Amino acid sequence: MRRYLLLGLMPAVVCSIWAWPVAAMAHAFLDHTIPTVGGTVTAAPPELRLFFSEPLEPLFSGIEISGTDGQRIAAGKATLDPRDAKQFVLRLPPLGPGHYRVHWHVVSVDTHPTQGDFTFEVRP
Amino acid sequence: MRITSLPLAAAATALAMSYPCLCSAPAEAHGFAGDRFFPATIATDDPFVADEMSLPTVTRNPTGPDGSQEIDIGADIAKRLTPDIGFQLGRQWQRLQPLGGRAVTGFGALDAELDYQFYTNGPHELTAMVGLASTFAHTGRVAALGAPDFTTLSPLVDFGKGFGDLPETMNWARPIAVTGNLSMDFPTKTESAGTPNPNNFNYGFAFEYSLEYLQHHVKDVGLTAPFDRMIPLVEVSFSTALNRGYGGQTVGTVQPGLIWAGQYMQVGAEAILPVTHNSGHGLGGVVQLHFYLDDIFPQTLGRPLFTY
Repeated sequence: MRRYLLLGLMPAVVCSIWAWPVAAMAHAFLDHTIPTVGGTVTAAPPELRLFFSEPLEPLFSGIEISGTDGQRIAAGKATLDPRDAKQFVLRLPPLGPGHYRVHWHVVSVDTHPTQGDFTFEVRP
Repeated sequence: MRITSLPLAAAATALAMSYPCLCSAPAEAHGFAGDRFFPATIATDDPFVADEMSLPTVTRNPTGPDGSQEIDIGADIAKRLTPDIGFQLGRQWQRLQPLGGRAVTGFGALDAELDYQFYTNGPHELTAMVGLASTFAHTGRVAALGAPDFTTLSPLVDFGKGFGDLPETMNWARPIAVTGNLSMDFPTKTESAGTPNPNNFNYGFAFEYSLEYLQHHVKDVGLTAPFDRMIPLVEVSFSTALNRGYGGQTVGTVQPGLIWAGQYMQVGAEAILPVTHNSGHGLGGVVQLHFYLDDIFPQTLGRPLFTY
């Protein structure tokens, strides 16, 4: 009898957990970017825009960009899009032709940290 | 999650050889090392402590070497004590159908594991963990189902390595990751009902190709949901007896499959292919629903009990 009781409880537990995340947050995964990850653009982009799966906490999040030589490019501090806390934006200075590496580190609003790197190319 | 159990055969050899696969209670974890997200693999141990739960893991094992059929329904929970130390508990309900006999059902042994994740290197996507797994005596249906009447202690070492640090000329290989686990079984009784309980060396690996890593860290190839969160993988899991009349005998499976990792849970499915005579024959399969408790309950259940 006990095993049938336990097996019967299993779906209820699963359903309870399934329903719970409505009010929760999670690790912020990168969804897509502009310019695209590993992509090539023909004009210098005015900004980097990263789209995440969860709202971010900007105080503990950032984006850095460096050139082919590894030198960090001076840019402002990345900010949240005021209309969407899942979009993280870094205004860029004029970029010349070349490859660029982007490093991002974010903390979702429930304090889960994630990070990532990607490259893109500006080709005249 | 648990290492997929091979059929608990009535034959003494099969039982002695297959038992280690049941009792090597592996850790379960999804985790990060730098840019790398490691999913919770199904058949092999993961090199992370975490707050997670597998519920359920349903396994239809390949036909046993003696012709028996076994289906398992398992549940596992993992909890962090500190950010680096965690424990887990696991249990399986089993249905064993001997060839020509009546089906037997009941619970297998209780598994527990204590782990210490001692190393993480973000830039090289590398992580490592040591632990002690235990399968407890007389916690399952011993006489009918073949659950152990002895405790097995299994010190273990797990590691994970992502290859995102390869040069960009090898972009195709950067989504690859490998996790591995090594452990040794030390049963507290050298024999049970006249059947020796050998020491076993257990080794398993998971070879992953992360489409999530490809899409979000290497090259936007246009993958959208749900494909951008999929991780095709092949797991291999082996156990080799070292002594007590079974020296050199190996059981093992190869398990190709797919894991989809979402925000709060993941779903995995794998085929089970036995690769030695003692491992049985035919095709098996396993599906698993796995919950990230740290994402579902970030302020309560999903946090370590103690932080420092």
